Amino acid sequence: MKAKKKIYLYTRFERFWHWVQSLLIFLLLLTGFEVHGTFTLFGFQKAVEYHNYLGLTWIILFIFIVFWVLTTGEWRQYIPTTKKLFEVIGYYSSGIFKGLPHPVQKSKEAKHNPLQRLTYLGLTAVLLTLQMGTGLLYWLYNDWAIWNLTFLDLRLLAIIHLACAFAILAFVIIHVYMTTTGHTLTSHIAAMFSGWEEVEEGEVADWEVQKKN
Amino acid sequence: MHKLVRRGAFWSVLLLWPMVALAATEEAPGRQLARQTVKNDAVKWITADHSQHPILKQRFEKPEDVTKACLSCHNQASLQIHKTIHWTWKDPSDPKGETGKGGLSVNNFCISVGSNEPRCTSCHIGYGWKDKNFDFTRAESVDCLVCHEQTGTYKKFPTKAGYPVTNATMFEGKTEFLPPDYNAVAQSVGRPGRNNCGTCHFYGGGGDGVKHGDLDSSMAMPNKQLDVHMGTDGQNFDCSRCHTTDAHNIAGRIYATPASADRKSLLENDLTPKIMCESCHGANPHKTNQKANDHTDKVACQSCHIPTFARVNPTKMRWDWSTAGDKGREVKKDEFGKPDYDAKKGDFVWGKNEVPHYEWFNGAIKGTTAKDVIDPSAPVRMSWPIGDAKDPNARIFPFKVHTGKTPYDKVRKTMVIPKLFGPKGSGAYWAEFDWNKAIAAGQEYNGLPYSGEYDFVETQYVFPITHMVAPKDQAVRCVECHAKAGRLSNLEGFYMPGRDSVGLLDMGGWALVGASLLGVALHGLGRFLSSVGRRRE
Ligand code: HEM
Repeated sequence: MKAKKKIYLYTRFERFWHWVQSLLIFLLLLTGFEVHGTFTLFGFQKAVEYHNYLGLTWIILFIFIVFWVLTTGEWRQYIPTTKKLFEVIGYYSSGIFKGLPHPVQKSKEAKHNPLQRLTYLGLTAVLLTLQMGTGLLYWLYNDWAIWNLTFLDLRLLAIIHLACAFAILAFVIIHVYMTTTGHTLTSHIAAMFSGWEEVEEGEVADWEVQKKN
Repeated sequence: MHKLVRRGAFWSVLLLWPMVALAATEEAPGRQLARQTVKNDAVKWITADHSQHPILKQRFEKPEDVTKACLSCHNQASLQIHKTIHWTWKDPSDPKGETGKGGLSVNNFCISVGSNEPRCTSCHIGYGWKDKNFDFTRAESVDCLVCHEQTGTYKKFPTKAGYPVTNATMFEGKTEFLPPDYNAVAQSVGRPGRNNCGTCHFYGGGGDGVKHGDLDSSMAMPNKQLDVHMGTDGQNFDCSRCHTTDAHNIAGRIYATPASADRKSLLENDLTPKIMCESCHGANPHKTNQKANDHTDKVACQSCHIPTFARVNPTKMRWDWSTAGDKGREVKKDEFGKPDYDAKKGDFVWGKNEVPHYEWFNGAIKGTTAKDVIDPSAPVRMSWPIGDAKDPNARIFPFKVHTGKTPYDKVRKTMVIPKLFGPKGSGAYWAEFDWNKAIAAGQEYNGLPYSGEYDFVETQYVFPITHMVAPKDQAVRCVECHAKAGRLSNLEGFYMPGRDSVGLLDMGGWALVGASLLGVALHGLGRFLSSVGRRRE
């Protein structure tokens, strides 16, 4: 077996936003689907009130996240690449069952494998943004006339918001499961708490390292 | 320590900011506004004491003489009255003059006035409308007393075309009617109170609570639980507090004419009729940030604030004329003590604490007349509210829907006007129990053809529900409408969260979620089994 080492992957703000965002998304799913009529938990009225405040809180947090990602240069971690993408896909669909090592090493400068890059970019740039956009418009429904938005259709908006909600729920399920695929079952999750992740020693390919300029 | 404080402050701001907005504990502005409007208890000052007028001390032979005495001072009163709906019983917006109970309109209670006048016009503010030859221009035919007398002893006899009795007379062997003491009654006059209006409006359809559902004798002395405005333990409003009056025209809807052309508050126009909730409560009556304020452009106040109607006395919900005529049938009392059958009238269903039916409503109600062609294959709407989701003046509004089975002309496909009331030999149904004769007599009287073949058709008649506003803690909860099978499940043309969804999207969405769960479960199982396998090796 290869030697292990600990690397510092996630800064304090990163860990903070990750967990707050996950809590918000969990609660948004809960209250959102209650609003949709899927089940009764808080009661419709409370669910709507909570959902709106949670949604607005999330949008504010998200602005800080985006600001952080842009100003720290961390956005480079999300530049999509197809290099080794298929190796990673191959790893999760067969290598992992054979006990083979992960084809891409983690490092401070390259904390996401190519599959993660694609997923997180799509998630952040498309899915979450769309969800926040439609949510905000939904929330502003009564002011559409003031904002000259009356061309919008609430049914269509609700359909997009709901479709994204399902996609986010599916993502959360897979995402939570994927955290168990680290060096040990909990090493990924532990890293998101402490910032430090235990990884196997190995070379990080040059292309993976995003040089700061 | 510093770090702790800083962290604490940071988290508090983050988590508590929504509470800050929620914590504002102001009084609802709509409540405040309305309280101010009625704060100064109107001292009903007057400059004339009617008990001192010599003309009201004369010996009155007949009620018309009282009217003449009134008009000797109030010389414009009859002219004003003659123009009002209370006098004409006709929809002023119908140029043909056919709409209205004084025209050819039909309902699913006693159907229509024409040929039945002496019975129906006991609720007309006049004397002697016993047939179609009634002179609507005669000044002394106006009955001032029924609206203005305050002794509570003045009663118009149910079958005497608006006249009180001249000698003590029994009605249906149950109630005794006495001739009025005209001097006492005339000297008592004042502004109309609840009992004046209630004399007719609580008993529409010929009995307590038959018609409206939100107006019956329980509204003469309601408590706050039944009506927050009229409750004697609360605001104690008279009818005229909201139904303001202008030259004897009393504010309120008249058939297809809404009660008010616009929804202005008294702040926007101090002479606006006080007939809309908005008049006193404004358009954003709830506390700031309350979602309910966002609803006022589409949902009428009444929809949430009158959770059920007929909360004290029962109201008639169904009237099936087709079973009438069985004089041998035993009449049973229902759970409210109301008879379930009357050989003259057929089967009845009464209801109490009824949940309203909701429709888009811009304030106009249209109705069917005996001339309109109907489609008997579906329930015939005798009256229906106008408006839809796109109409900016329309709101979702609560209604009582009175259903029935009502006679119609099978060949000509029109509703018919049967003669119900009259002596034997006149064809009246209540005297001869022969529908063919009754319909023929009624149609002929009203100048309408009749094929000679009748049947009964399912009918509906709507009443807007606007009285019996309940205390705010009893308002309809959000989820009673925002639900798959809620109060508004019948309404179309708009999307409503909690109620609506696209079936395919839900199915696809849950399929995706299910597939994800199954996928990770299988993947995890695979990892587990393969790792066990590898360890064995
Ligand atoms: C993880 C993120 C989110 C999820 C999973 C989510 C989910 C949902 C769902 C399932 C519904 C019910 C849709 C329907 O049946 O019509 C809903 C409604 C709604 N969402 Fe979201 N949502 C999210 C974020 C947001 C955000 C950021 C906002 C912005 C404030 C927002 C505002 C709303 C509003 C206003 C409604 C309608 C509530 C009402 O007034 O009845 N949502 N959401």
